[in-house]
Amino acid sequence: MKNYKTMVLSNQEISPGYHRMRILAPGFDEISRPGQFVMFRVQMSLPPLLRRPFGIFRTGFLPPDCDGLPPKEYLELLYKVVGRGTGIMSDLHEGDRVEVLGPLGKGFDTGNPGEEKILVGGGIGLVPLFSLALELTKTSKVRLLMGGRTRDDILAVTEFERLGVETYVSTDDGSLGEEGMVTQVLQRKLDKYPHAAVYACGPLPMLRAVHDICAPRGTSLQVSLEALMACGVGACLGCVVKGRGHSEENPQLLCTCKEGPVFRAEQLDWSNLEKEPDYCEGCAS
Amino acid sequence: MMNCREEKNKRSAPNLAVDIAGIHLRNPVMPASGTFGYGEEYATYLDLEGIGAIITKGLSLKPKAGNPTPRIAETISGMLNAIGLQNVGVDAFIKYKLPFLREINTPVIVNFFGNTLEEYGEVAERLSDIPEVAGVELNISCPNVKKGGIVFGTDPRAASEVVALVRKNISKPLIVKLTPNVTDITVTARAVEDAGADAISCINTLTGMAVDVRTRRPRLANTTGGLSGPAIRPIAVRMVHQVAQAVKIPVIGVGGIMRAMDALEFLIVGATAVQVGTANFVDPGAMAGIVAGIEEFCIEEGISDVRELIGSLEV
Repeated sequence: MKNYKTMVLSNQEISPGYHRMRILAPGFDEISRPGQFVMFRVQMSLPPLLRRPFGIFRTGFLPPDCDGLPPKEYLELLYKVVGRGTGIMSDLHEGDRVEVLGPLGKGFDTGNPGEEKILVGGGIGLVPLFSLALELTKTSKVRLLMGGRTRDDILAVTEFERLGVETYVSTDDGSLGEEGMVTQVLQRKLDKYPHAAVYACGPLPMLRAVHDICAPRGTSLQVSLEALMACGVGACLGCVVKGRGHSEENPQLLCTCKEGPVFRAEQLDWSNLEKEPDYCEGCAS
Repeated sequence: MMNCREEKNKRSAPNLAVDIAGIHLRNPVMPASGTFGYGEEYATYLDLEGIGAIITKGLSLKPKAGNPTPRIAETISGMLNAIGLQNVGVDAFIKYKLPFLREINTPVIVNFFGNTLEEYGEVAERLSDIPEVAGVELNISCPNVKKGGIVFGTDPRAASEVVALVRKNISKPLIVKLTPNVTDITVTARAVEDAGADAISCINTLTGMAVDVRTRRPRLANTTGGLSGPAIRPIAVRMVHQVAQAVKIPVIGVGGIMRAMDALEFLIVGATAVQVGTANFVDPGAMAGIVAGIEEFCIEEGISDVRELIGSLEV
């Protein structure tokens, strides 16, 4: 991991309130794993004071220019504008200077080759699942169950399909795909593919529902959590979650930034996970 | 053969080393407790042998779970935190965290606190004969726990009592960290000096609060928290100025230092060294930049020894 002092290559709105940003990041792909994240900072800007954590959507290379220089390596973020920090981010243009600290945290365990994989994404939670799918589709059959409030919250589905991922969309209002919760689809898929391993990222109520389905079946589940954090390196202790077996006398607090953001479901104390407030990112008043 | 510029730099390389109560620091920059973990968290980002000292997260007798989340909230030019002194406890620190620090050629200062007077004394005793501990910093100023911490820091008599007890139990250099959440910080400063403190660090965070207007709930689970970051720097500079005039022991300036220029303000008003806190979260390499900036400033200003700056305020 390192602190990249770098620049924006592109930054576009892809759906109302959702943006994709490519950032120049030489050598990043080699050191990062699916499920890791970065701490992003707009250079020379105050406020916001603190960096913001973002999942990595993917890494890649821009097609070479005619200039004969080697192709540029980028990392791509997909983010939702929810507050002041992401608002400032959404106004950045090509060439603007930014700082990216990463890759940080523990990523997904990609499991056994050939094993069925089911990815469950809620809204912006699909971000780390895309970099995971890039890896998993090399050796496994991958299905994506994607949920959102409306069709505007369903992102990048065609890109998953291009990787050969079978996708199933559901929305709360039925404006795209099946009407209802993504967890209903999960029940059916697990009935059909009982040995699949599940990977989930999304709002905590969704993760809890996914856990409640997987636990009694003994299904392998990894979840990626989101949390407020100041440092991203395990020092501020702002992002802790309670591990299984936690007690006041014998604290077992896991840093989302360092021991996560990806956890095996059985590492966590699900009855005591605290919901992060909705202004999670947009907290700078 | 050296070119002209190199020769000039070599000749004018300023002394940055300072002494705090017998602890020799290669430069006056160290982390503020609670923003630097136990040191190893930052080893990838920062040369730990390039800073003056390492100050650990505050330790207690037993491991401590801390407060529920949310524990942090960003505010304008600052952040509120109510971590609640989560730590591994003094015994686990000695067993699991100290071996890493032993290999680093930088003085280790251990910050600690107690829930009761007796606990303060007991932690001090356990640290007293650990050779790798260069000194201790006594936290009597955490605003985020009900017991201990600030209870001792806001009452000069209680502060004096706890410092005297710790002084009795440990012969290592003793730094006492003061809270700004009092009417007159010089009263506490004099009390801890009289009780046997070797140095004072100030300020800890200012108690603050922020509300989510839509849910009408506090933004921290603990309701209130400690405000840090550049927002508090002018208050910290003023208080360090006051304390440096009120006591004879060295003062370590803390509060919202982000850049070398900020650190220099504290030295000029009378601090012998500085602690960098919130800036470590924003940029894990921040302290290296601050050390380099202080050196550069000295060269530019023709200052051969950083100690010339201490208390050089013109009024």
